[in-house]
Amino acid sequence: MIKLTEVTKSFGKFKALDNISLTLGKGQAISLLGPNGSGKTTLIKSILGLVIPEAGTITVNGLQVNNNWAYRSHIGYMPQIGRYPDNMTIVQVLNMIKELRSDKHVYDEELIDSLGLRKIQDKTMRSLSGGTRQKVSACLAFLFSPDVFILDEPTAGLDPLSSEILQSKIAQERNKGKLILITSHVLSDLEDITSHILYLQDGKMMFHKTVEDLQNITGELKLSKIVASLMQEADVHKSFQHEHDS
Amino acid sequence: MNTIVKYITLDLIKNKIIIIYTLLLGVISFSVLSIDSNSSKGLLSLLNITLLFVPIISILFATIYFFNSSEFIELLLSQPVKRKTVLLAEYSGLSTALCAAYAVGIGIPTIILTPSPAALVLLVSGLLLTLSFTALALLVFVLFKDKTKGIGASIIISLFLSLLFDGLLLIFIYSFGEYPIEKPILGIIALNPIDLARILMLLQLDVAVLMGYSGALFKKFLGSMAGSVYAIICMMLWVIVPLLLSVKIFRKKDL
Repeated sequence: MIKLTEVTKSFGKFKALDNISLTLGKGQAISLLGPNGSGKTTLIKSILGLVIPEAGTITVNGLQVNNNWAYRSHIGYMPQIGRYPDNMTIVQVLNMIKELRSDKHVYDEELIDSLGLRKIQDKTMRSLSGGTRQKVSACLAFLFSPDVFILDEPTAGLDPLSSEILQSKIAQERNKGKLILITSHVLSDLEDITSHILYLQDGKMMFHKTVEDLQNITGELKLSKIVASLMQEADVHKSFQHEHDS
Repeated sequence: MNTIVKYITLDLIKNKIIIIYTLLLGVISFSVLSIDSNSSKGLLSLLNITLLFVPIISILFATIYFFNSSEFIELLLSQPVKRKTVLLAEYSGLSTALCAAYAVGIGIPTIILTPSPAALVLLVSGLLLTLSFTALALLVFVLFKDKTKGIGASIIISLFLSLLFDGLLLIFIYSFGEYPIEKPILGIIALNPIDLARILMLLQLDVAVLMGYSGALFKKFLGSMAGSVYAIICMMLWVIVPLLLSVKIFRKKDL
């Protein structure tokens, strides 16, 4: 569904993505992990066409991302920070996006009800807390039941109850055979959702494996433990290389 | 595109700064026009107020608004719409709101109190100024990634065009006064939308000769009619060129 071939992107001297090739398929829920500044957001933005890589190709459902916009009708995106025009109300934001997508007339409004946005739909975006704005972003991502979900830190800033609701919604969509690409630093939130882990460091892809494989390799069961042991390993590997170089 | 324009305009007409800007212009024009019995004098005062405030308020407000909308623009771009559409829709929504503020604040009082062709020209030149400085703000937005730097650039642009440019022009005229520089000056003036707006208005009020060198030049070489057409075309270019450049740059921009 999503295919990256030798994608490279640098900002000045800094290589945010370094020759990345990978294929993400249907029914997978991929956790995109890595330390701060490892290129996670750049990877997501390249798939969305917000960042333009200098080399390599990206295809979504067989459509080239380059200079194309129609492919984005398959993607539901939830950004890390949602900021909206101050005086728009929640219902106006939802209506605007609906009107913008005249190709779809069936809406998945389950989250609007379950996250309790219906009761406050006439409040302006300026008056909302960060968490509530995050809920609006979540509703927008799920509104058109797309084939691909790209969720950048979806549960950061949400209260435990809403976070739980969102997680079960994500799991539900995964079971329908949708592709879900998710980044989060709250590993416990990913526990029940994830099927694959994609680990980035310094713009390079360290590994892309199923959770079961990783459980076998590390001998750990919990996601946080697995990642911790792999990160340690990567660090040891790196410092060893540095010593070796000098 | 119309959808985005509609919602952005709806958002902006509830914006406090736009409301205050409209009221302020309205109060100024009512007071200026009712003090003076000579309508031409009143319009001249309003012209000076327009030339002083409209450029800087348009460019600063627009720059801040565009930078604050950058996350919203990203969200819109994650929908199946073209980059060009989103950018031009942002511009159209904002310029509609700012133009409406000017038309209500200056246009309505002048047309009620001193209905004349000159009042209409004042309205047109103010609207063109708003459009061109909003377009310049859009250009600043696509050129800079950082909000603070962008605001700085906007302040420099508006100060350069409203203060420094005339000084440089004066130095140029003094230094080359012995040569036939009239025609080149007509060209140089086209490089400043604020001067163009001033000349457009002065040609209409028949005080061009009293209002300095460039106005006299326009009158002499182009006459009122041709001069006005020339000024309006140049001001339109000041809207279109920054817009086209912004779209071109934005197509390749990393967000």
